Amino acid sequence: MSSPLSREDVAHLASLARISLSDAELDRLGAELPAILDHVAAVQGVVESAGADVTPMSHPVPITNVFRADVPTPGLSRDDALAGAPAAEEDRFLVPKILGEEA
Amino acid sequence: MTTAAKTPLVPFDEALTRYEPVMGLEVHVELNTATKMFCGCATEFGAEPNTQVCPVCLGLPGALPVVNAKAVESAIRIGLALNCEIAEWCRFARKNYFYPDQPKNFQTSQYDEPIAFDGYTDVEVDGEVYRIEIERAHMEEDTGKSLHVGGATGRIHGADHSLLDYNRAGIPLIEIVTRTIEVPGDKAPLVARAYVNQLRDLMLALGVSDARMDQGSLRADVNLSLKPTGSSTLGTRSETKNVNSFRSVERAVRFEVGRHAGIIDAGQKVVQETRHFHESDGTTSSGREKSDAEDYRYFPEPDLAPVAPSRAWVDELRGTLPEPPSERRKRLQAEWDFSDLDMRDTIGAGALELIVATVEAGAAPQAARKWWLGELARRSNDTGVDLAALPITPAQVAGIQGLIDAGRINDKLARDVFDGVLAGEGTPEEVVAARGLEVVSDDGALGEAVDRAIEANPDVADKIRDGKLQAAGALIGAVMKDMRGQADAGRVRELILEKLT
Amino acid sequence: MSDVIRLNASDLAAQLAEGSVTSVEATQAQLDRIASVDGDLNAFLHVDAEGALATAADVDARRAAGESLPTLAGVPIAVKDLINTKGQPTTAGSKILEGWVPPYDATVVERLRAAGLPILGKTNLDEFAMGSSNEHSAYGPARNPWDTNRIPGGSSGGSAAAVAAFEAPLALGTDTGGSIRQPGAMTGIVGVKPTYGGVSRYGVIAMASSLDQVGPMARSVLDAALLHEVVAGHDPRDSTSIDAPVPSVVDAARRGDVAGLRIGVVREFAGEGFQPGVQRRFDEAVAKLADAGAEIVEVSCPSFTHGIAAYYLVMPSEVSSNLARFDAMRYGLRVSPDGNPSPSAEQVMAATRDAGFGDEVKRRIILGTYALSSGYFDAYYGSAQKVRTLIAQDFSTAFAQVDVLFSPTAPTTAWRLGEKSDDPLAMYLEDVCTIPANLAGVPGINVPIGLADDSGLPVGGQFLAPAQADDRLYNAGAALERLVPAPVLEEVVR
Repeated sequence: MSSPLSREDVAHLASLARISLSDAELDRLGAELPAILDHVAAVQGVVESAGADVTPMSHPVPITNVFRADVPTPGLSRDDALAGAPAAEEDRFLVPKILGEEA
Repeated sequence: MTTAAKTPLVPFDEALTRYEPVMGLEVHVELNTATKMFCGCATEFGAEPNTQVCPVCLGLPGALPVVNAKAVESAIRIGLALNCEIAEWCRFARKNYFYPDQPKNFQTSQYDEPIAFDGYTDVEVDGEVYRIEIERAHMEEDTGKSLHVGGATGRIHGADHSLLDYNRAGIPLIEIVTRTIEVPGDKAPLVARAYVNQLRDLMLALGVSDARMDQGSLRADVNLSLKPTGSSTLGTRSETKNVNSFRSVERAVRFEVGRHAGIIDAGQKVVQETRHFHESDGTTSSGREKSDAEDYRYFPEPDLAPVAPSRAWVDELRGTLPEPPSERRKRLQAEWDFSDLDMRDTIGAGALELIVATVEAGAAPQAARKWWLGELARRSNDTGVDLAALPITPAQVAGIQGLIDAGRINDKLARDVFDGVLAGEGTPEEVVAARGLEVVSDDGALGEAVDRAIEANPDVADKIRDGKLQAAGALIGAVMKDMRGQADAGRVRELILEKLT
Repeated sequence: MSDVIRLNASDLAAQLAEGSVTSVEATQAQLDRIASVDGDLNAFLHVDAEGALATAADVDARRAAGESLPTLAGVPIAVKDLINTKGQPTTAGSKILEGWVPPYDATVVERLRAAGLPILGKTNLDEFAMGSSNEHSAYGPARNPWDTNRIPGGSSGGSAAAVAAFEAPLALGTDTGGSIRQPGAMTGIVGVKPTYGGVSRYGVIAMASSLDQVGPMARSVLDAALLHEVVAGHDPRDSTSIDAPVPSVVDAARRGDVAGLRIGVVREFAGEGFQPGVQRRFDEAVAKLADAGAEIVEVSCPSFTHGIAAYYLVMPSEVSSNLARFDAMRYGLRVSPDGNPSPSAEQVMAATRDAGFGDEVKRRIILGTYALSSGYFDAYYGSAQKVRTLIAQDFSTAFAQVDVLFSPTAPTTAWRLGEKSDDPLAMYLEDVCTIPANLAGVPGINVPIGLADDSGLPVGGQFLAPAQADDRLYNAGAALERLVPAPVLEEVVR
């Protein structure tokens, strides 16, 4: 599968990934990604020739039902929790104004 | 932000002459587990900010989730109580989106492999039973809470910055999604309300959640679109969030029907978006537009092992289920000796479980019904607060009835006791003591009051002396007035008759 | 150069036990060595002399008091800066975490502390472990002690350079597509990627969750095994951790016997792209293993050649999600967009992620975002997961015939800094031999097999074994180590 990726496509992906890429970065990725995508797209052909009954592997170790008892364990102190914060106020993480949905 | 041109709101009944509502409900139930979904942090409501957090629920680099066994158990029990199939094998999935209240910028949820699916529950409205089909119930985690600082309204718009508390982040949620609910349009608001109410009752019966809409431990989103009557063309739907009471569920459906109808009548297109419900005026306002750009990029959560509940475990949990709602309603009606009308009103008011609890606390069923559907329903309507959210417990209602049964207060005084309890003045006993509400049955004080009444009403007294005992009512009224309602009416009657016959 | 720094960990442990050297002396010697050569190598991003010496003094005191101590107590170690150390900076080689100090230890670090290993500091790496050369570190590349103009491999390049240059006898690395084994090969040391789930990932900054594993790096197979047993074993905080006994890797490393062992040589890992000098050393190693009594069997694993394609879909997809948390809200860098006096949280996130992530990280995030996006998921991510299954099936088929697989670890020896920087795909192809093990979750080891005659640089051979049969790697590796002595670095080549 050839993978044409327009500059707008890359910009859209960057927006989904919350990275404000510069124009130069958009140009560079737009130039680089198609070659990589051409290479990785080979997986489709491999799967097609292997037949239909291949189960996708999401976890390399086939274990199930890994649970924890519902018993509280100590977490971080508030000071430790906030220690790495770029900004804090009133024992909370201070972040710039949030756009979008009203909470 | 989307600002569709203002179109007139069509009255609900009129809208139904041209359109049929197509409705779906998504309800989030916050589980009452001791710890969070994926870490051992406590889940106390109202704790100091950021005191119930750890590397996992703060999304610190390197932290990894581990599933809370109790949350899985609750999810399965909820699924079974909703007559769902329980997955033999299912995975968690990451729902990727950026938002500051989401510490990892993905929500650990379930996507195409929910733990429970293909169920139903039967709700009753005005004596009719409606089957609500459940598409799925899946496990996920809650977000943190943000406080918007600055700006005129304290709301998000115009805020200078926001403050985040992650105590709620990671608390287990079960999202219960209905299939399209197909009921006669005029019933849609009530069916929606009855369904959410029934879920609340079920959660309480299962013991898996506090299920309090006012505290956000039960949250309903109303998805609604209209189709022209008789047509099979689906309209564009809106998702109304922030619906914080049973009454609001009903109002949100009504409002959205009218709003959609107005837009379609005007030849405009309904915008696919989330909307926010406003308790104050029962309207909704535009939230976030759901564009095609929204792409959650779900994929199986590699950090969590798949969940494969054994059939033996599922069967064991099936054995722990409470009585199904319809059977429970039948049994209670018989036990309480309620008429069909009593029962319908009880269910309609969302008072069934409140009456159960009041009866369990010692009150007679009819007395419990009288208070919840009378005095308290009136206050609920006046304040717009759901019955269950009124600041009075079934045990307190039973306590007030107990005071009446003991002759210590009468029905009239009981209303004052309700006032006091609802105002946070304490237990019924404390309110009676503090407000001095106890009826007077002391013969000394009552005797003096009776003497004053006889003296003030000589002609009435004469009638009684002449054998017209029914005239005693007038004297009793005078005594009650004199004693500001706090007299034991039965004893007053006895005293009058003793003195005059 | 002090003699104590040239000791293997097992020998140093023995000398510590008999009292001929103290941990404080050994630790100080390593700190001195770091001070003298790390200016050329840039293997360390952060050195914790105070903490290391405190641990050393504590171990010495406990030993003097007659306490029975774990084998490696007092043996200093370097830790890849992707692994959280409470109270000490952890950057993942990224600007976005500059100055971040984790409030908790990774499980493997807890285990190092419990076993009494002084932690010398944190080693350099490709940013968030994304790279095969260490050139993608935000703090400058680590360099290969065999030739400081060359790359030490990656992403655990700092750990590899530190061990090879005698800055530390032991190091922890992480391996997502070869990041322990390939730098091991480039610098002539031993490096092991354990079975997926064998070592806890808790507190290890995630690159690709279904592929990442922590593992030991050392100058001998036995040293690696000793460290393996310290860090491996079930951890209830990692849901993918295997709840089973750790294979007896130290016993296996002491055994080192390939007589009768069936060794499969992977047909697909030869030919085009493989440096002749690498191929010659590898063929010699095969011949020596055969001479020692191993049964050499050529096996075919046709799906392995599609490993890179599958890897460069699965890995970036998981990366795009795992790295979403670096958003300037709760920790790490916060950058405001230029010329915006009142930016929104969304704008600050986007500006920070642009300023804080390097090119390779951004490339992979964008690639992963694409692979997961609606409309492409089945074709890319879904197909890649099926290829993982095919690769796992190839392993199963192969391991029905042989006990271990053997191949070159990397197709080439260390290249010059900058040589492949302009061609990301060429760099990705360097991981062809190591990636299948990560995709299938099986363990692998790099063992040095001499210097290539065409470049004069170290060459590595890789054994692969079935999941949870890590002991087979150590047995075969120890045997090979005896048959083909590891090249010894006399001094850092500047």
